[in-house]
Amino acid sequence: MAAFLKNQYLEAELFRQRSILSIAIAVLMMCLLASGYFVLQVIKFEDFQKQADSNRVKFKPTMPARGLIYDRNGVLLADNVPAYRLELIPEQVENIDLTIKQLTALVSLLPDDIKRFNRARGNSRSFLPITVKLRLNEQEVARFSINRHRFPGVEVVPYLTRRYLYGDLLAHVIGYVARLDVDDLKAMGDERYSVLSHTGKTGIERAYEEQLRGTIGYEEIETNARGRSLGVIKRHISQAGTDLRLSIDLELQKATVAAFEDKTGAAVAVDPNTGEVLAMVSLPSFDTNLFINGISTLDYQTLSTDLSQPLFNRNVRGGTPPGSTIKPFVALAGLESGLRKPEDSIYSSGEFFIPGQRRGYRDAHKGGHGVVNLYSSIAESVNTYYYKLALDMGINKFDAYMRRYGFGQPTGIDLIGEVSGIVPSPEWKRKRFNQPWYTGETVIAGIGQGYWVVTPLQLAQGTASLANGGQLIPLRLVQQKRIGLNQPWQRQAKPASKSIGASAQQLLAINRGMQMTMHSPRGTGYAIGANAPYLIAGKTGTVQKVSRKGNISLDPKNLPLNLRHQALFMGYAPAGAPKIAVIVEVEHGGYGASSAAPIARKMMDAYLLGKSKRTVENSP
Amino acid sequence: MISNAIIRTNRFVSRIFSRVDAPLLLALVAVMLVSLLVQSSAGKDPLHAVFAQGSRFILGLVILLLLANTSPAKLRAWTPWVYAFTLSLMPLVFIFGSGRSANLWLNLGFFYLQPGELLKLSVPMMVAWYLNKQVLPPNWKTLLVCAVIVAVPFVLIAKQPDFGTGVLVLASGGFALFLAGLQWRRIVIFVALVAAAIPIGYQYLMPYQKDRINVFLNPESSPQGAGWNIIQSKIAIGSGGFWGKGWGLSTQAKLDFLPEHTTDFAFSVFSEEWGWFGVFVIFCIYLFIIVRSMWMAINAKDSYSRLLAGSLALTFFIYILVNGGMVAGFLPVVGVPMPLISYGGTSAVSLLAGFGLIMSAYAHRKYLSD
Repeated sequence: MAAFLKNQYLEAELFRQRSILSIAIAVLMMCLLASGYFVLQVIKFEDFQKQADSNRVKFKPTMPARGLIYDRNGVLLADNVPAYRLELIPEQVENIDLTIKQLTALVSLLPDDIKRFNRARGNSRSFLPITVKLRLNEQEVARFSINRHRFPGVEVVPYLTRRYLYGDLLAHVIGYVARLDVDDLKAMGDERYSVLSHTGKTGIERAYEEQLRGTIGYEEIETNARGRSLGVIKRHISQAGTDLRLSIDLELQKATVAAFEDKTGAAVAVDPNTGEVLAMVSLPSFDTNLFINGISTLDYQTLSTDLSQPLFNRNVRGGTPPGSTIKPFVALAGLESGLRKPEDSIYSSGEFFIPGQRRGYRDAHKGGHGVVNLYSSIAESVNTYYYKLALDMGINKFDAYMRRYGFGQPTGIDLIGEVSGIVPSPEWKRKRFNQPWYTGETVIAGIGQGYWVVTPLQLAQGTASLANGGQLIPLRLVQQKRIGLNQPWQRQAKPASKSIGASAQQLLAINRGMQMTMHSPRGTGYAIGANAPYLIAGKTGTVQKVSRKGNISLDPKNLPLNLRHQALFMGYAPAGAPKIAVIVEVEHGGYGASSAAPIARKMMDAYLLGKSKRTVENSP
Repeated sequence: MISNAIIRTNRFVSRIFSRVDAPLLLALVAVMLVSLLVQSSAGKDPLHAVFAQGSRFILGLVILLLLANTSPAKLRAWTPWVYAFTLSLMPLVFIFGSGRSANLWLNLGFFYLQPGELLKLSVPMMVAWYLNKQVLPPNWKTLLVCAVIVAVPFVLIAKQPDFGTGVLVLASGGFALFLAGLQWRRIVIFVALVAAAIPIGYQYLMPYQKDRINVFLNPESSPQGAGWNIIQSKIAIGSGGFWGKGWGLSTQAKLDFLPEHTTDFAFSVFSEEWGWFGVFVIFCIYLFIIVRSMWMAINAKDSYSRLLAGSLALTFFIYILVNGGMVAGFLPVVGVPMPLISYGGTSAVSLLAGFGLIMSAYAHRKYLSD
């Protein structure tokens, strides 16, 4: 019945309208879809291409061997030895925390290790391996190997670890490497470096980090979605780190440490003609091997809370008033400025007064030294001579000369973090304390007291300049480099030196005064210099940071480190043709003549007399 | 004798092919060739894939020829039986079915049959059959009956669960009603009802379907999980660029970053290898197929043929829209293949059969009997 009511024409027309509408919508929608694809494939193409590439191309870094370090005679000081580390690749491990917990049963994981791991985990891409523990011992490797199937994504990986053959002997020269941490990686700016297990933290290891590290190589590997590698697309070969040959003479270094016995302090020996550092000691020291694979919290606390500061590099970061060891420099300034001639004499009564002032400045001898000239003022360390000279010169001129001799600025040694020390001046005082300068401060500056701070390196550089005819040479620890075992050693260019402006005659006068110190019966170093088979030019010094009055009851050993007596010595030998310049600083060591000078003598003996016994140039 | 036989065969062949719409067939063959290209590139065993897909295409083309040569009158007479038969296969799936995540297939020994695919044909046939007997535009009663015709198979398919096929079945019924001239007012009411039902319907979705919707809204929320497919698919498409990486050079599929790259995500592989240029060309071919089919539907002579052909053509369009939108991340992931390109036997056969029905409607417009 319904069929009778059907209007075929109307239905067809209705269908036609709806069809045309549908076609229009379909065309529109297809256009929209095509535009959507256009956005993905043309406009955002590069972004997606990058994503597709990073999907399929993984980088497998290959680690270069870290450069070796030798002493000047070719004795190996730092090398690399094979070891095993435990690594975990986050994306291949289902439950990382649980895995770590299970690993604790096989491998000794300290809370430090876990903390470090968790820190690294938060910052790493999930397909890059993270070190769980470095330097596994044999039992740990064996235990893990048996249980390996239980830990997909965890692996024992062989690697090269650093070894210091003379860890505590050279702690403040070579420094140490330690585990690469997240901040190091950020500073390097390339996540591929995460394969490096170590990076230089102090000393030569840090200063020459980039050269020692070498260049990381890597393979571009095509991998499928399950991480299986399907072949190498491209190989970038790693370049082993540069080997370094230090100017340090290991035997001299040993002799220096031995000479200190149990004293604390610092000593530097340089070749005055080249600026090469022959020995550099800061005591007490520590075994740098402790740091390589992660020092334990306990060990670190022991070292860092030790009052004698074994971790502190006294040569680079330390400093003390120079005391009487500044006198040869002040005398030289007197000659250069024309204020003094070597023969000009003054009278030392035991006490010096600034005209119009009542406070007395003392000599070391209670009754004074009598009539002294430049030579005897150095040899006998006559304060009055220098009080007067500094006063005559005025602080500004004084300051300018001292700076010319290298004080108040870094020596430019190839280490990081060298401090500048302080040359006292009104300008410095105003900046530092916002106080006016007093004439009395000029007077005591003349004998190396007061605001003075001189680092052992500065004193060594200055001493070398007195020995080498007046050249201020930047100090150097690295003498030669080579870019591979079979490559020749290449000597480092001698850094540009600066003249201190003194004439040969003037330097000769200073030299004579310093020789008298060691070899004339009235010289402060006579006891040390008298029996030497070579001539020594030297100067002793004692820095008493606490005034004698009122504080006598204080036991110096209970004083804060910066208030203890310092015994100092500076000098070079042979006095006629200097081969070695030495400075020694002994903390709470009594007098320079009795505790610092003997050490310096032993160092000179070791270098000048011991050399024949040593095998020369036994290059590896 | 022999020449006689040849002449007879010739006549038979030419009569058979006279019912076929050449432009439409050509366009379909073009898409099928593209499919073989994609399958031979993306699959693990390209030879097998090409052979399997090719043999289904041949089976589908044979059915297309048969249906094109069947008069709409006959088809209409069989419609209720076909509908009843295909619907009756559905419960068997729940008992004997097989499949990885859902029981979609019946193992017929030589062929895995997906009854859901057959319903994609039989449901629009049934709706067209019923509407043909009613005064159009449909009244409320007609609408209700149509709703039942569509809803029963939809619920069964959605229960399998195969939401993608369900959506297509629903769409085919809806398109038949729309083309029959369903009043706009009722369309608005219907759309409003569906919109209101979405939050309620969401509660009844399977967990994996909820995941898909959440992932669609924010794929980065689960880059290793449910979001993986869509992220990798977008990378595949986007990295194809304008000209594509070239045939066989899809890194996303070859290195297994792109899952389901022969089936639901086959079009991503195509986009990666042939670039936007290829996408544009294939969209043009698809659009031609849709427009040609609609034009043929308009020219059919009875309501049954018209509604059936029109509904099938628009459902074909929905395939493209849903799959094309889903693999590019414009729409949520729904298990709808890219028609004829995605690997899948029953789907290819039922699609080609659908075009057989469309051709039948057009070819027999002159011998109309009603």
